[in-house]
Amino acid sequence: MYFTSYEFLGFVLVLGLLYYVLPKKAQWPLLLLGSLAFYAASGPKYLIYVAVTALSVYGAGMLMDRDRNGVTAWLKAHKEELSKEEKKAYKEKHKKVRLAYLLICLLINLGILAVLKFQHFGWVLPLGISFYTLRAVGYLVDIHRGTYEAERNPLKFLLFISFFPIILQGPISNYNELAETLYGPNKFNWKNVSFGLQRILWGFFKKLVIADRVLAAVTVFIKDPETYNGVYALFGMLLYTLELYADFTGGIDITIGVAEVLGIKVAENFDRPYFATSLKDYWRRWHITMCAWFRNYVFYPVSVCKPMQKLSKFTRKVFGEKAGKRIPVYLSSFFVWLATGVWHGATLNFIVWGLLNWLILMVSEEFEPLCTKFHEKAKFSNSFGYRIFMILRTFVLISVLNLFDCFANVGTTLKALLSIVTTGNYAGALAGAYEAFGLSAADYIILAVGIVMMFLVSLIKGDGAFLRDKIAKLKFPVQAVIWIGLFVLVLLFGAYGQGYDQSQFIYNQF
Amino acid sequence: MEKLLEILQDLHEDVDFETEEHLIDDVILDSFDIVTLISEIQENYDVTISAKDIIPENFNSAQAIYELIQRIEEEEA
Repeated sequence: MYFTSYEFLGFVLVLGLLYYVLPKKAQWPLLLLGSLAFYAASGPKYLIYVAVTALSVYGAGMLMDRDRNGVTAWLKAHKEELSKEEKKAYKEKHKKVRLAYLLICLLINLGILAVLKFQHFGWVLPLGISFYTLRAVGYLVDIHRGTYEAERNPLKFLLFISFFPIILQGPISNYNELAETLYGPNKFNWKNVSFGLQRILWGFFKKLVIADRVLAAVTVFIKDPETYNGVYALFGMLLYTLELYADFTGGIDITIGVAEVLGIKVAENFDRPYFATSLKDYWRRWHITMCAWFRNYVFYPVSVCKPMQKLSKFTRKVFGEKAGKRIPVYLSSFFVWLATGVWHGATLNFIVWGLLNWLILMVSEEFEPLCTKFHEKAKFSNSFGYRIFMILRTFVLISVLNLFDCFANVGTTLKALLSIVTTGNYAGALAGAYEAFGLSAADYIILAVGIVMMFLVSLIKGDGAFLRDKIAKLKFPVQAVIWIGLFVLVLLFGAYGQGYDQSQFIYNQF
Repeated sequence: MEKLLEILQDLHEDVDFETEEHLIDDVILDSFDIVTLISEIQENYDVTISAKDIIPENFNSAQAIYELIQRIEEEEA
């Protein structure tokens, strides 16, 4: 069931009504039933994967929690009779037990994910598996670290894993954050419901009016990179960057909006990513929950683990304080980007994409002191113009990196990129490029308006407040005109007329 | 505490670590800084900081970092 189908709208409507009409106690069980039904709609057999993950992670979480509580109780009861060494030995022994639970469960879940991603038997990847596995692993590690207590109710835990708005493409929410509102009771609150609906509508606008319209053009581009070289490749690259933004942020708008209607708070996943002034800045703004996941569960554990700390001592001795300090950090970061690439897809293009990100980030890190000095001396560094330059530079860089994902082939991508600078088809090509991808003049006008709208919404969001809050302060008729206007725009210009298939979101496939 | 402030100052000369209370929330220290900082702390204080200790509350101010070090010292003693 795609987010952009009538079935989904009907499903959310019925679920939402029942959610607020039924007794509060029934809210989370209803969500669980709804979530399982939603997932089963894309193939009931895939529920087995979800169940295995939920059950194994729930079980391991309970075992680790019980072991930790048991240790505390036992030490308390035998406080007087034990020596310090005995206590320490007892603690260490149980630490190993908990580590074993963690590793076995990690092996099961990451094993399933890896096998399904790397296999070539033609098995279908269950929808959202990359996303819910990361959430499950995050929970497991948190319980092992003792960050919070394990969920006692297996069905509640199953809801955490299967919660329908986030199961297909995230955000990769933390258990403790999501649990605050996921299990209710959530009272009907008009502000939540109306704001949620507004956000859903905005998501549909981005997905249907912009992303799916561009998708048609991008498909033409991807299919024939030989013909569409030079200026066409440049144009196609920019179109793909636009599509990716509208598709993914639009999908997450729908996700967060649906949850908001139900009174559930889901973590934000974007903070105006194309306003980033550097690649580092971009990764604080794009797919925020995935970055946080890799930081917390890969980067930190790898970089503070004993072998890495030993390496750090060694490199400092050999290469001196300054350089030696950085080598282990860069090495840990290398693992993170390799893992991030592989997580997106077990193909060369994603690995190259990940490692290119890594390389650029490391080079910028190395040059940072130099850049800081330069910026201190140069007068224009704080100017508005220079900021715009940095944003545009970052935008181009991101577009280039995205092309590796667009073509799913390293050779084709490099060829296309090379053609942008070597193929001399720029003269008089604007007219050609404009017609080349099958978009009509009307399409371009709609896209231009859409881009301006997305840009303004981002611009207004400068101080962290949403445009919705500002609109909600306007007089009611003005509000009505704005939202009905947006609704009509989606209805009239959404790319779901003849010739368009309902398309799934790009991130559904990861 | 003095030693810690010295370490922090080495990391970022231009930050007033004695008063700053949002080192993580305001991204004054990024993840690279945190890892470098942890290596330095482990060298100077003989404590082991693990990934579970890396949460914003423990690193938002020099005081919080200092308290973390003391807590681990007590636990390891």
